[in-house]
Amino acid sequence: MSEKQRDPDLEPERYELREGLPYRFELGRRGFLQLLGGVVVLVVTTDADGQESGRTGAGAITDRDLAAWLHVSEDGTVTVSTGKAEVGQNIRTSLTQAVAEELRAPLASIRMVMGDTDLTPFDMGTFGSRTTPFMAPQLRRAAATARELLKELAAQEWGVEPAALVVAEGRVTHPVTGRSLAFGALTKGQKLVRTLGEDIPLTPAERWTVAGRSVPKVNGRDHVTGRHRYASDLTRPGMWHGTVLRPPAIGATLASVDTSAAEAMSGVVVVRDGDFVGVAASRASAAARARDALRPVWKTTPQPSGRDLYDRLRKPPEPEPSDGRRGAPHVVGSVADALSSAHRRLESTYTVAYIAHVPLEPRAAVAEWIDGRLTVWTGTQRPFGVRGELAEAFHLPEEKVRVIVPDTGSGYGGKHTGECAVEAARLAKAAGRPVKLVWSREEEFRWAYFRPAGVIDVHSGVDAEGRLVAWEMHNYNSGSAAIRTPYAAPNQRIEFHPSDSPLRQGSYRVLAATANNFARESHMDELAAAMKLDPLELRRRNLEDPRLRAVLEAAADRFGWAKATSEPGHGHGIACGVEKGSYVATCTEVRVDASGDVRVLRLVTAFECGAIVNPEHLRNQVEGCLVMGLGGALFEAVEFDKGEILNPRLSLYRVPRVSDLPEIDIMLLDRKDLPSAGAGETPIVGVAPALAGAIFAATATRLRALPLAPRGIPRPREAASRRGR
Amino acid sequence: MGPEHAVASLELTVNGVRRRVEVDAEESLLSVLRDELDLTGTKYGCGEGQCGACTVLVDGRPTRSCLTKAVTVGGRAVTTIEGIEENGRLHAVQEAFLEVGAMQCGYCTPGLIVEAVALLRRERDPSETEIARAMEGHICRCCTYPRILRAIRQAAHAARPTKENPR
Repeated sequence: MSEKQRDPDLEPERYELREGLPYRFELGRRGFLQLLGGVVVLVVTTDADGQESGRTGAGAITDRDLAAWLHVSEDGTVTVSTGKAEVGQNIRTSLTQAVAEELRAPLASIRMVMGDTDLTPFDMGTFGSRTTPFMAPQLRRAAATARELLKELAAQEWGVEPAALVVAEGRVTHPVTGRSLAFGALTKGQKLVRTLGEDIPLTPAERWTVAGRSVPKVNGRDHVTGRHRYASDLTRPGMWHGTVLRPPAIGATLASVDTSAAEAMSGVVVVRDGDFVGVAASRASAAARARDALRPVWKTTPQPSGRDLYDRLRKPPEPEPSDGRRGAPHVVGSVADALSSAHRRLESTYTVAYIAHVPLEPRAAVAEWIDGRLTVWTGTQRPFGVRGELAEAFHLPEEKVRVIVPDTGSGYGGKHTGECAVEAARLAKAAGRPVKLVWSREEEFRWAYFRPAGVIDVHSGVDAEGRLVAWEMHNYNSGSAAIRTPYAAPNQRIEFHPSDSPLRQGSYRVLAATANNFARESHMDELAAAMKLDPLELRRRNLEDPRLRAVLEAAADRFGWAKATSEPGHGHGIACGVEKGSYVATCTEVRVDASGDVRVLRLVTAFECGAIVNPEHLRNQVEGCLVMGLGGALFEAVEFDKGEILNPRLSLYRVPRVSDLPEIDIMLLDRKDLPSAGAGETPIVGVAPALAGAIFAATATRLRALPLAPRGIPRPREAASRRGR
Repeated sequence: MGPEHAVASLELTVNGVRRRVEVDAEESLLSVLRDELDLTGTKYGCGEGQCGACTVLVDGRPTRSCLTKAVTVGGRAVTTIEGIEENGRLHAVQEAFLEVGAMQCGYCTPGLIVEAVALLRRERDPSETEIARAMEGHICRCCTYPRILRAIRQAAHAARPTKENPR
């Protein structure tokens, strides 16, 4: 089964993977284990972790069954290979820590090889907060296996029992005799390959000495000196610069193009291949000039506008998708019966806008063809996925394509696709030399993909004590992540309805959990208001999950929720959520002035993701999520009209800046008794509903659309009419 | 007209070194630094002076190199992130960014550091407001702003004269 067919079961929201290639061009080994010596540990996928690698392990071990490998060389250097990509979440550091911990080797002796389709085993992609819960334990086991093997080697050498040996700082020592050898010396002259032992004991979190601590970003020095080369910084001998002709609006196709003026320029290559038109030249400025000299005629088709977005999203897609996106509704008991006898019923609708990822490094790729083999350096979260796209676009077997991912200038779920890599490769093929293509910010806004917009209907009923008796929730288009309620409702109907999205959409940090949590938590607040209960108290009455309760109480306590009294113009809000195995609760305090401007004064967040691997990096991720979340909650929205993006620049699309910073207080609950979950996504989900609650507390205006206040809070009268439903 | 029509020879002083480069009249300083001089620490982020990733110093003043035509800086001193280290030693601001972990993906980091170095040269002990104002023109999309501010504060404190080390 191909990777693409498998994906819908795994994560039904990866819309962009179902899209066809942007272009179809006319027709026109791996040697990673050829290591000289030393100790090699292979991490072979099992059924249990097959999801992570995208395949199941059965039969003989082949390249495709490998999830990772670890090599200890004769000079003691440890090389660890994984197909994961570093996009700012600091997994290069946290995975290095995991290996150092189990191998008992110095951090500096460990080198991570990541995201290179020739050098690393297949990996489906870096998304879904999966590196820490799935890849890290595999690497830990690999490191522990290597450590035990090295102990055996030393035991043989000295004729002693392995149990009498101590491993530390990259050496095996026999304390009784004082004999000691470095790892490299132990491997000398031999090549030992071992497959990962399943029963290898791992160091429990409470005994971690390297993991669980804050160690600085391993290649941080290269970042502060500007030495690190992102894909957009790479050069190759003889390299040219490319640029691509873009249509004026979504859905426009090329009727004809006069390329004569551009082609008349010397030192310029113009490529026309189906709908693809691009230019390469020795200088970027020359390529841009030649592109501007192209005379295209576009055929446009009617395209939707933002103002009818939400009505559109409610309509079922045509034809009905057959790819499993819809899924079955989650039904418990009978919502209809429970609603009819409920003490109080409430119905409300919430919307979320399309937002842009705005990775500060736009899509970039350097492509080079040598003897029919293609190498592309590019920033992506899916190196192997992009390799597949390239192979498909150029009708090549995958082994003729290599994708290398330098540590990338962020993604947030926005860099799963390989369109820039494909374009660069097409230009390089025509130019007969390496070509670099860097998307402009405007191209990134217009032609990448967005976080899905959505409409969410909630219908609930509570008993006289404010306990949920019925919960019905329908999400149109935005997605099914975290769509289930963590609150104990005896009767439930929860359903995701796919739609035909007028804009290209795809993954965004924590997927639809932000939208679903916004709707759910806002509705819980509305129920509290209807029942004249404190929002925290209403949640307590409905929340059984002890981990979620723990973060909620911790955040409320730290914030001083019990004593926080809202008044006109000054409000407090609270929200919680769980997704991807981690738990968050956020309290906030806002000020709304007479003109309707919203100022976030304070964010207090409690977060729990099992055993903490690197406290400082975790705190950094939580902070980043909270501040990034402010943008989507308050002001970020992609505006469009007739298929044209109206705000495709940073001067028109506002993202959070220093002046938006509130006072931030983060509590990390370290559960050393629980496995570590990923943490780069979930902390975002509490921000929007907490802010909506705080704005309601300050203004009596219940805002049900994200972004909440792109132009401030509407005046009360206006708000009242908006509220009427 | 060929694409090379507007190319002119220009002498630039970058990080204290005189460099002769061929430039288009319309070419930005950013393009010339990155594509002609291979000084890629200076980043492209938006092309309209909104994000600050392309910040360099021109005669000591923080300047958005994406909006600056290369031909306008001939004869002036350009400092990029590659010129911030002193004798192979990290500048206090670089040290502080590392220590505080004021980055995630690191793409905005060079622009921020160059801006902060200029700030600390202007103002030895800047107030919170001055730091925030200087950084307002920079986007860190990973949103590590709290750490960025802390790192600059820390660098300012480190640079403060002490009894043992009067500057």
